[in-house]
Amino acid sequence: MSPLLTVENLKVHYPTRTGGVDAVRGVTFTLGRERLAIVGESGSGKSQTGRAIMGLTPPQARISADRLEFSGIDLLKATPRQRRSLRGGRIAMVLQDPKYSLNPVMPIGRQIVETLVTHSPVGAAEAKRRALDMLAAVQIRDPERVYGLYPHEVSGGMGQRVMIAMMLIVGPELLIADEPTSALDVTVQLEVLDILDRLVRERGMGLIFVSHDLRLVSSFCDRVLVMYAGRIVEELASGDLSLARHPYTRGLIDCIPKIGENRHPLPVLDRRPEWAA
Amino acid sequence: MTAISETPALSRHAWLLSDRPTSRAQARAGRAYAVWLRFSDNSLALAGLVIIVALILIAIFADVLAPHSPISGDLGNAHLLPPGTKGYLLGTDDQGRDILSRLIYGSRLTLTVVTLVAIIAAPLGLLVGTVAGYAGGWVDAVLMRITDIFLAFPKLVLALAFVAALGPGIQNAVIAIAITSWPPYARIARAETLGVRNSDYIAVVRLMGASPWRIVLRHVMPMCLSSLIVRVTLDMAGIILTAAGLGFLGLGAQPPMPEWGAMIASGRRFILDQWWVATMPGAAIFIVSLGFNLLGDGLRDALDPKEAGR
Amino acid sequence: MKPVLSVENLHVRYDDYRALDEVSVTVGQGESFGLVGESGSGKSTLLRAVAGLAPVREGTIHVDGQSLKGSRRPRSFYRKVQMVFQDPYGSLHPRQTVDRLLLEPLAIHDIANAEPRIRRALDEVGLGPSFRFRYPHQMSGGQRQRVAIARALIVEPEILLLDEPTSALDASVQAEVLNLLEQVRRERRLTFVMVSHDLGVVTHICERMVTMRHGKIVEALTSEELTAGAVKAAYTRELLAASKGFVRAN
Repeated sequence: MSPLLTVENLKVHYPTRTGGVDAVRGVTFTLGRERLAIVGESGSGKSQTGRAIMGLTPPQARISADRLEFSGIDLLKATPRQRRSLRGGRIAMVLQDPKYSLNPVMPIGRQIVETLVTHSPVGAAEAKRRALDMLAAVQIRDPERVYGLYPHEVSGGMGQRVMIAMMLIVGPELLIADEPTSALDVTVQLEVLDILDRLVRERGMGLIFVSHDLRLVSSFCDRVLVMYAGRIVEELASGDLSLARHPYTRGLIDCIPKIGENRHPLPVLDRRPEWAA
Repeated sequence: MTAISETPALSRHAWLLSDRPTSRAQARAGRAYAVWLRFSDNSLALAGLVIIVALILIAIFADVLAPHSPISGDLGNAHLLPPGTKGYLLGTDDQGRDILSRLIYGSRLTLTVVTLVAIIAAPLGLLVGTVAGYAGGWVDAVLMRITDIFLAFPKLVLALAFVAALGPGIQNAVIAIAITSWPPYARIARAETLGVRNSDYIAVVRLMGASPWRIVLRHVMPMCLSSLIVRVTLDMAGIILTAAGLGFLGLGAQPPMPEWGAMIASGRRFILDQWWVATMPGAAIFIVSLGFNLLGDGLRDALDPKEAGR
Repeated sequence: MKPVLSVENLHVRYDDYRALDEVSVTVGQGESFGLVGESGSGKSTLLRAVAGLAPVREGTIHVDGQSLKGSRRPRSFYRKVQMVFQDPYGSLHPRQTVDRLLLEPLAIHDIANAEPRIRRALDEVGLGPSFRFRYPHQMSGGQRQRVAIARALIVEPEILLLDEPTSALDASVQAEVLNLLEQVRRERRLTFVMVSHDLGVVTHICERMVTMRHGKIVEALTSEELTAGAVKAAYTRELLAASKGFVRAN
């Protein structure tokens, strides 16, 4: 089966007054109907990778790759119109904080319907029905009531579930989730991940999960790519954290304080310049 | 024998933009330089700056630049001569005075008015706004109602009222315009203060035991300065026009002072046949106002907090 | 242990919203005490109430034997108690250099010998003299947080209030800052009151803690008890389970 997404030597460059910043420096991976995690700290380029695939980088960014293909479509050569129809339609993205990613002056129901109608024109009544179904699918207990609420009237966890509903209602094949649970409380995180887990499995979607939390993604995803300074430094199969070989990955795992361990002082990452080479 | 290698001295550009400044002076200079770089990227802003610098230079060197006296004219020989006449580049007015020289000396008046108004109105507005914003409660209410009262009157009308009360003359015109100009600055300062008041870095200073005055003066006011500078610069055009308006009505600078607005007023009578008497000072006002507007717009972009690393 | 901070029946209300509801807590001298909870639990509000930054309706706060009224604090309080905030990007004044930021508390309290103190403060948090004249936007999150810690310590306080000091930092930077905090506490014999949502961090730094929810205290326990799972309240158990991470369905 041909891969859903092929990325070869992806580079993202931002020109600045003092030369320029290479946010992503040659990332290569393929994705089938599976769950892939891209893990890194701030500045590693993980978010930029996700956004480059989606086509959502700021206008001054320069994106280049040997190959960037989604389901046979060459994303680099696609016209803006083709990109737009893919975006939200076949490739969807869930962002970190629903406070900033939901339109604050539009009721939730209308936003979901708008997304649906943009990609598959259906009548108003049918659109509303599907939106309500989707809200129920993300475990919102009172879909009718939430349909009419504004984003600021719902909690963070519910806002994120709305975001997921909005992004999945069109039935995309690939979902890119950029730190989807980082802004949520710990107990809510697990609920949202459960929902995401179920929906991705039921719909057979491909998932790219961008996160800083190595432990979380290693139990949620099938494969993990660890990024540092714009490059992939290691690839792990899920649950295999103990088999990590790259010193950065090992350092990242070691430096987190865990309940029950008594390491004073905590081991600290010794950043070697050759990792960024 | 190895040659002694010298680390090359940093170019001035690199030294200013260094992210490891070694002294307060270097840090501050670096920050100002970064603003300058952003500003100078914008060619319209630079054009505005050139105009204003030219205005300042003309005002300073008026004695050297003006070919004739601005106040005594040659009534017999040089009455209402058109522009381009030998010796009178922009023509003469009905008193035989050289318009170019009058414009050049008039720049001093324009600059004086604009500077004095800015010096009086801006700090006043800043103080009222930050105190109102930080104190809140009845202090805020009282100060803002006073501000509202001043804002309720059209600027020119209020300035007219003050000048009528104080008597005509350029100093009183300056005071009158300053009194009408400060309310918008108070509003801006208050809006910025409200945004800044609840931030962590202000909470930190409160937690150090700083008195409210210290907080307002040393921590809140610096955050308001960018918006205020931009607004003041953009207002300069309006101030010039208000001064010109007062001058036009005979309430600003008194004759024979070469105030541009008064020049337009006296040239009004001849506008059809000797258009240059009123048009030249009008063009000068237009160019200087345009210069201030371009400068203000450029400053707004250059001082943008997003790029200043807020 | 001699109590250095005690809070009794504290009520904090913002208009109609009950941020803290009858909260009582005691912290001994030299202890490291944790306030654990999720958003809306009131943990940060409790810290702010102690600092004098929250509207206290009822209840008493005692610091070092001295009783404190509402939100007013005497000048001497600010030399005893200092706070480190969560957001390293928001707690440093964007228009002031590190030098100026460190000078401010010294100037307010009329403390002499500013020059050597500033240099020593930077050294203590592991920042060299090259950081002294930088502006906040020229530093990383971890570096800013170190400056915030240096600033809190420069007046030589006895109690340090820490509001999620490492939540906004990368994992590797968090480890460095946590080590720094431990070292500083040991060397200066400080009392810590730390707010966190991360049980791993809290059990690492704190000896005793309370879990909070909806403005009320749920349970008080020691780190050892939490680690061993000797937990009484259901909510605390929920938090503990959630901290273990995600378990996949299939």
